[in-house]
Amino acid sequence: MKYIVCLKQTPDTAELPKITPEQALKGNEGVTKVMNPWDEYAVEEGIRLKERFGGETVAMSVGPDEVDEALKSAIAMGCDRAVRLWDEAFADSDYWSMALILAKGIEKDGGADIVLTGKMSVDGNAGAVAHGIACKLGVSLLTQVAKIVEVGDGKITVERLLDEGRETVTAPLPAVISVVKEINEPRYPTFIRIRKASRAQIPVFSAADLGIDPAQVGAAAARVTWTNLVKPEPKKREVVIIEGDTPEEKARKLLEYLIDVEKVL
Amino acid sequence: MTILVWIDHHRGTVQPASWEAVGKARALAGDDKVVAVVMGQGVDDVAQQAIHYGADATYLYDDAVYAEFRYEPYTAAMKDAVSENDPALVLFPATTRGRDFSAFFACSADLGLAPDAQDVRFEDGKVVAKRPVYSGNMIATVEVKTTPAVVSLRPRTQPMPEADASRAGEVVRKGALMSEDEIPTKVEKFEEKEQGEVSLTDARIIVSGGRGVKGPEGFEPIRELAKVLGAAVGASRAAVDAGWISYDHQVGQTGKTVRPDVYIACGISGAIQHQAGMRESKIIVAINKDPEAPIFQIANYGIVDDLFKIVPALTEEAKKRLGK
Ligand SMILES: Cc1cc2nc3c(=O)[nH]c(=O)nc-3n(C[C@H](O)[C@H](O)[C@H](O)COP(=O)(O)OP(=O)(O)OC[C@H]3O[C@@H](n4cnc5c(N)ncnc54)[C@H](O)[C@@H]3O)c2cc1C
Ligand SMILES: Nc1ncnc2c1ncn2[C@@H]1O[C@H](COP(=O)(O)O)[C@@H](O)[C@H]1O
Repeated sequence: MKYIVCLKQTPDTAELPKITPEQALKGNEGVTKVMNPWDEYAVEEGIRLKERFGGETVAMSVGPDEVDEALKSAIAMGCDRAVRLWDEAFADSDYWSMALILAKGIEKDGGADIVLTGKMSVDGNAGAVAHGIACKLGVSLLTQVAKIVEVGDGKITVERLLDEGRETVTAPLPAVISVVKEINEPRYPTFIRIRKASRAQIPVFSAADLGIDPAQVGAAAARVTWTNLVKPEPKKREVVIIEGDTPEEKARKLLEYLIDVEKVL
Repeated sequence: MTILVWIDHHRGTVQPASWEAVGKARALAGDDKVVAVVMGQGVDDVAQQAIHYGADATYLYDDAVYAEFRYEPYTAAMKDAVSENDPALVLFPATTRGRDFSAFFACSADLGLAPDAQDVRFEDGKVVAKRPVYSGNMIATVEVKTTPAVVSLRPRTQPMPEADASRAGEVVRKGALMSEDEIPTKVEKFEEKEQGEVSLTDARIIVSGGRGVKGPEGFEPIRELAKVLGAAVGASRAAVDAGWISYDHQVGQTGKTVRPDVYIACGISGAIQHQAGMRESKIIVAINKDPEAPIFQIANYGIVDDLFKIVPALTEEAKKRLGK
């Protein structure tokens, strides 16, 4: 069995509020970057699949040199190796071009039985690239996956988290699986693995290596363009601290505000 | 300029954000056509409701293959509806299923997608959407360059239209476009969530608990208050990670994004990652012992006190005031 985990490097969530629109548009946010938090669950699940069913787990990411750091943290967690896909032509690709690049990268690496992704990136917030990869590869897509029940016989059975409950679904392999946080608890890297990761050689594949025509990707091919980016209007909230001698008095006053002034209850 | 709207329902129970999307489509279309698209089994009622909420017609794909949401038959049906109606815009509610389906459909039809938009409009014949990015820390204006454009609309960003049972429209009935044998994905089982719980994303009122509730039993007073207010129960990641409440209650960066009329945060400090999921609430109430907690910086109303005193008192007072 072979598992490929697609992961993105994103700004540390605590730093997101500091990023300016100018920095974001330049694609150089000037803040600490880490593995997209949602993708830690995908990496962990990729490692667990290897532990359960045997095989190899590979981390893959589209991005410039700095992204090696995120790929190394995936190796430090337990991935066997990593592959990076990058070319100047890839910059500003939309979701479907990004999915095409990843699909070509997966094929270049010899394919995978299971491709794992996070639920969404904390910067782009699209939650769409996994769907695109499945579409481009023409394989099964299972999203909102909270548990991998069984893999075997060329099939995979998972539990999906719906708004209304939990669904058990079976689909043929290969499959793209996008996981939710509930699926596992990501492990911390051990010292030995961090050492191994620091020495890892990460091959990089360009558009030419992947057989991608540069006109298919990047800003010019994008089906959607960002025409403006702003900070949200700061909500002017002046907190009213409710005083009172007893909890009952405070409760009563709060309800008066909510019912009579704000009319929201 | 026809607008298609996909109606998200589970076994006939419609996610209200679908009607918000129909309302938005109606407002954008003016005299042009709004066509609802419904897939399911035995869901004539949903098809009619879509018309009551503002659609001119409904394309109804009714067959056993549509009984549960699956990418393959649903995508085939959506492509059929698009080819028959030639829309300028295909709208989806940005519910969990709506986001998933819109993404897969858009990619397989090679269309531009604006996911989880808070607004959408036509500008010089182009579809332009506004959507939060960087986890709500920035708002992007995006122009979709394909026709049709695909946009999913975040729940509770659009007004809920009124249903008008006297509205009439055509229901175009369509059957299966694929046979069951051609659909590789099989739904084996479905376990419903506990009954009577209000869903977080549609909730008008949310009462949330954090590490301050101290344990699973600490959610009892929170639940009681929620019940009296008809509210959904939310939680911080700290409470979820501690195992006091299940993950589907988590609000924030790695949980749900909500925008209720009132969000009552009890024993939640207001970390930036929690704020990412609830900052857009209309009114925020913070109940916290620590006057320095960051939650007070984004709250409209604050009570600096022990939640175990305040929350039960609120429940009792609310029973009196709301006559329950
Ligand atoms: C990548 C990443 C993603 C994250 N995603 C999320 C997310 O989706 N959602 C989320 O919530 N967090 C998320 N977090 C975690 C976040 O940073 C905080 O750790 C978390 O929100 C803290 O939860 P809390 O406010 O319940 O706990 P604390 O910060 O410990 O706050 C508890 C509060 O309770 C108050 N308190 C204690 N006892 C009482 C009492 N008796 N009465 C009244 N008040 C009391 C205290 O004064 C304190 O302010 C994420 C973090 C990271 C790094
Ligand atoms: N540049 C990238 N390289 C590798 N994987 C990615 C990249 N962008 C997105 N993904 C994967 O797709 C998931 C969804 O991302 P998004 O659609 O951008 O919200 C992420 O959680 C990753 O697993």
